[in-house]
Amino acid sequence: MDDAGYFPGSALAMIKARLLKMHFDARVGHIGGNLSCIDAVAHLHLQVMLEDDVFVLSKGHAAGALYATLWATGDITEAELLSYYKDGTHLAAHPAARWNRRIRFGTGSLGHGLGLATGVAFAKRLRHEAGTTYCLMGDGECQEGSIWEAAAFAQHHGLSNLVCLVDANGWQGFGRTGEVGGAAPLAGRFRALGLQVEEIGGHSSTALDLALRRRSEGPLVVVLDTVKGHGVSFMEDRMEWHYLPMSPDQYDLALQELEAA
Amino acid sequence: MRGSFCAGLVELSRRRPFLFLTGDLGFMALEPLQAALGDRFVNAGVAEQNMVSVAAGAASVGEQCWTYSIAPFIYGRPFEQIRNDVCLHDMDVKLVGNGGGYGYGVMGATHHALEDYGVLLTLQNMRVYLPAFADDVAPILERMADDPHPAYLRLGRCEKPAGLALGAYAPWRRLLEGKAGVLVVAGPNAGTILALARELSPIERPEVWVVSELPFETPPKACLDRIRRTGALFVVEEHVRQGGVGQMLAHALMTQGVGPRTFRHFHAAGYPSGLYGSQAFHRAESGIDARAVLAEIGQMVPA
Repeated sequence: MDDAGYFPGSALAMIKARLLKMHFDARVGHIGGNLSCIDAVAHLHLQVMLEDDVFVLSKGHAAGALYATLWATGDITEAELLSYYKDGTHLAAHPAARWNRRIRFGTGSLGHGLGLATGVAFAKRLRHEAGTTYCLMGDGECQEGSIWEAAAFAQHHGLSNLVCLVDANGWQGFGRTGEVGGAAPLAGRFRALGLQVEEIGGHSSTALDLALRRRSEGPLVVVLDTVKGHGVSFMEDRMEWHYLPMSPDQYDLALQELEAA
Repeated sequence: MRGSFCAGLVELSRRRPFLFLTGDLGFMALEPLQAALGDRFVNAGVAEQNMVSVAAGAASVGEQCWTYSIAPFIYGRPFEQIRNDVCLHDMDVKLVGNGGGYGYGVMGATHHALEDYGVLLTLQNMRVYLPAFADDVAPILERMADDPHPAYLRLGRCEKPAGLALGAYAPWRRLLEGKAGVLVVAGPNAGTILALARELSPIERPEVWVVSELPFETPPKACLDRIRRTGALFVVEEHVRQGGVGQMLAHALMTQGVGPRTFRHFHAAGYPSGLYGSQAFHRAESGIDARAVLAEIGQMVPA
């Protein structure tokens, strides 16, 4: 974290500001889904996770949130961050594998992360290794059948070293999740498999801490009630910010709003 | 071969730990392995996508993982998991498919694997092993275990002719000498072809080779020299034409400037009549059964 000049205030605010700058500089989208999960991603990495813990970003299109966070933790350099989206970068739009110890898996195609995380958790328990494996998914992503294969496996094997977080921002690629994939509550679907589920406000670090403390036997699912484009008024709860890049005026306004928050 | 596979992994487990995941298959076959491995034997259920992802995740922690199912279910259903989670990460995950080619016979087309290794060899870091005989399985398991990368093992039914004394396992082996060109066979069909070819005189029959590891850059020099000298090359495989050994071999020869005057690729044709039957029935429909192959070679290379 050798560039603290972008934004005053907390580390989280700095990470968010850097997230916006990355996307503005690269002239690319995916901002909305990054802003919906960045509170949880940053809090896990800055305050919750220990050395033996593993994080799997199943919703790979939120790579920006992970990159900005790992820049803040010192696991990604300033030079690496500046290469975002450029030719010859490690920082593709979706995380690539095999270059950073904190990015264990390359992801991007949806529905892979929970199975991978389940495998990590299963093997760590088998080998009596410490650490919790965290997996972050999207709510639209939960339409992938492989998610439910993995959830059933994790429950069946009682993987209490596994935490699955769902960024439930209510949007997916071409519509609201309730309209596209059915209105059955996600929490209820996970509970029906026998999993412990906590539903919390997804932008509250306190709520996340409390949910993690309520973890009992077996895997834990935390459904994060989030807002797509959170913190930037003209992006909030709007599907187009899955795709759009920011204009200079929009970038300035977004930074001002985050600063004022 | 399934018995040899089970026994081979039981033996391997005495020397090194590994995790074995089955997609709910192995009844009356894998019980000894289950007993030997204990909590390292996992029935992952009818959920092949998850099985492969779990294997990749466990491999990232340092576990060598073996996954097992009927051949089409281990490479078709979880293809993207193999591509992304296993191969892009170069994970030490082994895919084992039982019943390659038409091995599941009258079980029907959904249970056949006619494009398995062609599909898988398009992926990065993937190697394929095709034992021709049950005796090949143990040395192949050793080679797979010692190579910490993705691999696919295609199991079939051993068709070793009675009384055949096999030499030590090697990726390429010459099984029979002959003058009527060179015949390269992939998989267990080599045994049945060999049995019939042995009944012919050396003038009437081709030199028979078996290849058991893919991909390859070139056949061994002895094989290449015979192809040059005889000017006739025949390839037999229980796999569709695209992506198979025939194309791989043709590419290898072209690259080296070797162009046999006669080339015939005997390969799986799918289901030309729309009818179903035993493995032998489907081989005959495709013209890859021993009798059809040797008869056609006899016509193309008259003694």
